Amino acid sequence: MDAAVALLLAQDGVTNGAIYALLSLALVLVFAVTRVIYIPQGEFVAYGALSMAAVNAGLLPPTMWLVVTLGLAVAIVDSVAAIREGAKARLPLIIIKNAVLPILAVIVVRYLPLKDLAYPVQVLIALGFVVPLGPQIYRLAFQPVAEASVLLLLIVAVAVHFVMVGMGLYFFGAEGGRIPPFTEGGVTLGPAYVQYQTIWIVGIAALLIAGLALFFEHSIYGKALRATAINRTGARLMGISADLAGKLCFTLSALVGAFSGILIAPITTIYYDTGFLIGLKGFVGAIIGGLASYPLAAAGAVLVGLLESYSSFYASAYKEVIVFTLIIPVLLYQSLTTKHIDDEEDH
Amino acid sequence: MAALLTPNRILIAFLLGLAALPLFAAQFTVTIVNYIGLYALVALGLVLLTGIGGLTSFGQAAFVGLGAYATAYLTTRHGMSPWGTLIVGMVITTAVSLALGFITLRLSGHFLPLGTIAWGISLYFIFGNVQALGGHGGIDGIPPVELFGLELGSSRAFFYVIWVTLLAAIITTQNMLDSREGRAMRCLRAMTMTEAMGINTLRYRMVLFMIAAQFACVSGWLYAHLQRFVNPTPFSLGQGIEYLFMAVLGGASAVWGAVFGATAVSFLKEWLQDWLPKLLGATGNFEMVVFGLLTIIVLHRARDGMWPILMRFIPQRELTRTVEPALALPRRDVPECGSDVLQVLNVTKRFGGLVANNKMNLTVRAGEVMALIGPNGAGKSTLFNCISGVNPATEGEIRFMGQRIEHLGSRAIAKLGMSRSFQHVRLNQDMTVLENAAIGAHLRGRKNFVQSAWRLDREEERRLLWEAAHQLQRCGLGEHLFDTCGSLPLGKQRIVEIARALSSDPTLLLLDEPAAGLRHLEKRALADLLAKLRGEGMAILLVEHDMDFVMGLADRVLVMEFGEYLAEGLPQEIQTNPKVLEAYLGGMDE
Repeated sequence: MDAAVALLLAQDGVTNGAIYALLSLALVLVFAVTRVIYIPQGEFVAYGALSMAAVNAGLLPPTMWLVVTLGLAVAIVDSVAAIREGAKARLPLIIIKNAVLPILAVIVVRYLPLKDLAYPVQVLIALGFVVPLGPQIYRLAFQPVAEASVLLLLIVAVAVHFVMVGMGLYFFGAEGGRIPPFTEGGVTLGPAYVQYQTIWIVGIAALLIAGLALFFEHSIYGKALRATAINRTGARLMGISADLAGKLCFTLSALVGAFSGILIAPITTIYYDTGFLIGLKGFVGAIIGGLASYPLAAAGAVLVGLLESYSSFYASAYKEVIVFTLIIPVLLYQSLTTKHIDDEEDH
Repeated sequence: MAALLTPNRILIAFLLGLAALPLFAAQFTVTIVNYIGLYALVALGLVLLTGIGGLTSFGQAAFVGLGAYATAYLTTRHGMSPWGTLIVGMVITTAVSLALGFITLRLSGHFLPLGTIAWGISLYFIFGNVQALGGHGGIDGIPPVELFGLELGSSRAFFYVIWVTLLAAIITTQNMLDSREGRAMRCLRAMTMTEAMGINTLRYRMVLFMIAAQFACVSGWLYAHLQRFVNPTPFSLGQGIEYLFMAVLGGASAVWGAVFGATAVSFLKEWLQDWLPKLLGATGNFEMVVFGLLTIIVLHRARDGMWPILMRFIPQRELTRTVEPALALPRRDVPECGSDVLQVLNVTKRFGGLVANNKMNLTVRAGEVMALIGPNGAGKSTLFNCISGVNPATEGEIRFMGQRIEHLGSRAIAKLGMSRSFQHVRLNQDMTVLENAAIGAHLRGRKNFVQSAWRLDREEERRLLWEAAHQLQRCGLGEHLFDTCGSLPLGKQRIVEIARALSSDPTLLLLDEPAAGLRHLEKRALADLLAKLRGEGMAILLVEHDMDFVMGLADRVLVMEFGEYLAEGLPQEIQTNPKVLEAYLGGMDE
């Protein structure tokens, strides 16, 4: 391997690593706040990328009917809950927010000249019909069992993953999708030629991470999420709704996932089931951070990207094996240094 | 009608139908029932792991692959006998499962499933890429299994091999769960309590994971010799997840749930793959969507799966309602009355900056009841946790029977002869009162899970249960032996905790608020029991808020406030101590 190849591989590794880092942050966030090991995180990558590919080609976002259906389901579930609590005054808002709004959005999008819209507007439309799936999934699949054991939540998460992959094939078909880069071309930096898209990815990932940090440090919602992560019961006693916290972090994670898909789709072909492996690599990063530390998770994710990139050069058939075996020494280290084991009583 | 449908008759009819099936059923049916048997064996392992142990694995398909590839490779390339390859496969499986378990099981429960995801993916890619294993093309020409000179080449003949294996696995699993080691496995979720009863929870989690992996490996071996061909596809992570769905949908809390789950999923999948694409006019993995949704609904609405719901329609088997008399278990030597059993010297416990116990001192002697009292939040339960090793002290010295124990874990301390109850009841609500009490006697038995699987533990088992029943009778719970703990009022559950502690034959008994929730007469009976135990030379340390109970029973009383020593003395001294009165009733100037 000469220096040029090494640089190219490093560039590749850092690019993918930045995506994994974003995903690993979302995973740590979701786990810390809701104790859900969010296996379907990767599906949002595929959904985001392929929805953008559809909109970019002038097609309606395929997931819009899913958003409408789940919206209706949420409206029904929330309405029933509101009636049971005797809070009928909330009904109009519940119905408008969950049922009317998605339908209106579908009607508007039908009459838009999607193909001729500016790229950023297309991105917004694609995100608009993928990100709502996050809170909808939380409300329907996780909120009813929010107090259950980590194990049960994990099995629910895997079931959601199954459903999303199955639906993904139906929505997007078996062919892969690719979208044009944000900016065509590239620039020569010293010995290396860097695509503009790479700069976009690394830059936006860094901005998003900084944005998340600001959000957690300074906004009231960010603080509420942190409080919930530290002590759920305590946060609830302080008037922070666990349901709201759950929905909020599922929204954030859906946004991060779908946007990561849009970032990566110009340089990699994304298939309906590609997201799973991408998400799992985010997990490897998150595990390196012990599912607790944000900076360690991000660093771990970049390491995963680099390892993947170099092993694809040396032993491309085994690159997945090498990446996933990375967690063994990490887990071993954590296992030998951890003394405390959670005592999770039956729920 | 009800008399016709007894559990035994249903079982016999099921077995007869099963035995006759290959004789008349169509080839298609035989094939699918063969697969159900293979799936059920894997799901059975997951029932053990998930329903019993509270852990799970997504990598079971990889263990199936390990068993299948081990025999495929060794029989075709090296001409080994299938029986030999079975053993090789199981040895490799043991090694892999113990290694994975060693790495992940010390960590929180969710690291095992994450580790098994990585393992499942890695092994799948290895199968597909190693040329010696045939790559994605796989290995064909696997020889049939021979038994007593009989070649089991047809899938009808192999049907019996599969189902006899599965039924043997079910029976031995049921035997194992109904034993000393099985009870420990069923309590694994309540780790603090289980460790405090001297049970090595890590070992049992490893054992459960290993057994689940072995079942999967055997299923893979059977698969390879049924199919006579292997390729990587059926050993993917997706298949591993499907196995879990079978266990969860069928019912992870019962061994037959595995069979039911495997059956339901197999038939449903067959049917969905036929009908859904036609119905929807599109291709897709719709059965994935349906299974995913079904799993979510089951976990929301019926966490124990479909099997318990099915069982509601069948009259239940009468449980054995007697405990057979057996030889009493050997007992520990009782220390001389009045000798020091427990000494706590300058023990401090800090939680970060909070000092919960500050330089506490106390002594408990054989044949006396020492009471620890104090307002809420005084640090009494914290001190209990330091003494019993549940949450070790930060500083100071604790001696039990002359031995330093402040650095020992709760398991090691339990072995030395200390047993405790918990302030918040920690019982397995689904097990009977007798089984819960028998957990306390765990350390007094020796037989392991292999012996219990083959019923070689019955003599010891009778003695353990007899001991537990005896202690329950002493505590006045003789009429509740076969009730589930969840059906008892809280006060009585506390007494079950005492009986459990007594079943360990302790030298020192730690009781955390034993009288809370009891009615007047029950309190008096408890006081009588504790007085009797004291008379037998037991040392008793108790935390209690009921002053009448404490003052009538205790030989000495120690009062704590804000984590510190406040006073110590005879009950009548404490009752008139002005500092104690102020702590309890508030100062005059407040």
